[in-house]
Amino acid sequence: MADLALIEAVNLALHSEMQRDANVVVLGEDIGRNGGVFRATVGLLDAFGADRVIDTPLAENLIAAMSIGLATQGIRAVAEIQFSGFLYPCVDQIVSHASRYRHRTQGRLSCPLVIRSPNGGGIHAPEHHSESLETVFAHTPGLRVVSPSTPARAYGLLLAAIRDPDPVIFLEPTRIYRLFKQAVVDDGEALPLDTAFVDREGSDITLISWGAMMHDTRLAADRLAEEGIAAELVDIATLKPLDLDTILTSVAKTGRCVIVQESPRAGGWASEIAANLAEHGLMSLFAPPLRVSGYDCIMPLARHEHSYIPGVERIVAEVRKVFAVAPK
Amino acid sequence: MSHSDPAASRIASFEVFFTQFLDPDGLVRAPLPPFARDAETLKQLYRAMIETRAFDKKTVALQRTGQLGTYASCLGQEAVGTAIGTALRPEDIYIPAYREYAAQFLRGVAMHEILLYWAGDERGSAWAAEPAHHDFPLSVPIATHMPHAIGVAYALKLRREPRVVLASCGDGATSKGDFYEAISSARVWNLPVVFVVSNNQWAISMPRERQTGAETLAQKGIAGGINGEQVDGNDVIATRFVLERAIERARSGHGPALIEAITYRLHDHTTADDARRYRSEEEVRTAWERCPIRRLKRYLESQELWNANDEEALLRSAGDKAEAAARTFLAVEPRTPETMFDHLYAQLPASMQWQREEVRRAGPHAREH
Repeated sequence: MADLALIEAVNLALHSEMQRDANVVVLGEDIGRNGGVFRATVGLLDAFGADRVIDTPLAENLIAAMSIGLATQGIRAVAEIQFSGFLYPCVDQIVSHASRYRHRTQGRLSCPLVIRSPNGGGIHAPEHHSESLETVFAHTPGLRVVSPSTPARAYGLLLAAIRDPDPVIFLEPTRIYRLFKQAVVDDGEALPLDTAFVDREGSDITLISWGAMMHDTRLAADRLAEEGIAAELVDIATLKPLDLDTILTSVAKTGRCVIVQESPRAGGWASEIAANLAEHGLMSLFAPPLRVSGYDCIMPLARHEHSYIPGVERIVAEVRKVFAVAPK
Repeated sequence: MSHSDPAASRIASFEVFFTQFLDPDGLVRAPLPPFARDAETLKQLYRAMIETRAFDKKTVALQRTGQLGTYASCLGQEAVGTAIGTALRPEDIYIPAYREYAAQFLRGVAMHEILLYWAGDERGSAWAAEPAHHDFPLSVPIATHMPHAIGVAYALKLRREPRVVLASCGDGATSKGDFYEAISSARVWNLPVVFVVSNNQWAISMPRERQTGAETLAQKGIAGGINGEQVDGNDVIATRFVLERAIERARSGHGPALIEAITYRLHDHTTADDARRYRSEEEVRTAWERCPIRRLKRYLESQELWNANDEEALLRSAGDKAEAAARTFLAVEPRTPETMFDHLYAQLPASMQWQREEVRRAGPHAREH
């Protein structure tokens, strides 16, 4: 057991699974000799050799396609796409093929692959390095979309993703890669996919989020607790398939809900959750479910990124709006 | 830069070779390879082409009578598919585009399965028989399957299996980024992959010369360190010879190959197309003179290996086979629509069961307006 940052937990999971399963191969740009630009793959080349730790040419579409080809042959390909914005050239391969080979061949061929990418902004990076892409993939049939919010969940969910027989888009929270540490046990135990985690119990309002925004949401909950508001925190972890039962159980208890995302507002995953709450949880709610989100403008360059990315203040402000409509 | 430029020295140059044994009239232009001196082998090649053409003719007829959706005819391209299907070994892996039925039949795909596919039934790609069972399905998106071959070949090499991947595409596909990414990376890992470009001169209405500025498609391989070559794709002997050589070189560790097979699309792009809108009947008439079946037939006849009785018998049996495939296809019960949820994941998530159930309860639907 060790206290690890989230990115170190990713590294540990990769080491652990590559040791356990000789069929696991990692590939991507600068992931071998360089250990990955975020050091996610440090040590893998020395431990497992160049055959299984592949430094690829500069071609994201090829990385996705190669992962697909490998996976159809039973190689558990774990590809790294260096930054979220670099996933755009992969969308065709992921949506047209990774998500479809099983169905297209009626189960003859399948794609047990993972594509990992740092998601979201807040690290003063150049253009295209700060995108929040989860909804593009969550909207696509045949994929799983996972976004961990803690080191322990990154470890357990990545193991689950690698072992899953279907393609998983694993979006890592870039700006909390090294923000805090947590005890992670290298026990090879996967966490369940398709399952939301209740981080904290509370009776007054349900706060739902995932990935990096879960951290800000926890801080917002701390601030609210000082004011006597007990927030229940739900980390959905797997965006698709969504664990609606856990969300509805929580909302039935609290009667109030705010959903927090970094991505653009229109059609973001918070919209999907809100629609489901309206369909299935309306009678539990004392107030409409509100959303905290990025804006429907292009992610700005670094200078203005913290006007775009929601912080504790905007989350708390949205919670206050809910309590204005439905006081305790 | 020129030969007389004192500052410039030649760093690289390239050559592209074209291989042909039989000319369009079936005359031998170069000493035949060993397999082509065996009468039975030649007759098998001929039979495969005739059966494919009979299937193709029947399938177009099924479409025209409303019993099949849009279909992509392979008329004129039977030699390329036959060469692929006979050059590959069973343990190899084939990644097709959508016009290589000859190869697929030779590898165990049932004719009625191709009919099911174009009828819009996913069971058309669930090939039960080996070796097709481990092959890739028809790919409608253009060229995106070419870099899949990179991953497949890497897996074979990683496992040290003496198996080869062959991926085929058309001339239009060579304009796409996916094609270049595949070509460029194959030799990075010296992969056992053979790329076949079936150049039938037309990408729907775009003629080959307006698809790219490159003089040949074979030379696109040179951009990835692969010595691309051309072959007369309507000479089944030459095409099989060149493919076998490339496949066995790949199997023995010499890395990737790119073969441009020169052929001609004698039919429309698909049954939804009308090629008379953009190409002349004169051109098509001339192309018929280069037909692969015509030329092998002439050669077989010249060697007194084939006569009118043989021809009549084969045409009859090929026709019967195509008819039987059509009957099998037409007798297949349509599936109920909730099957669209099957094989979406290894196991349908519990949260989606209600959608499957809703579709099941509603039952089959035709379009309302």
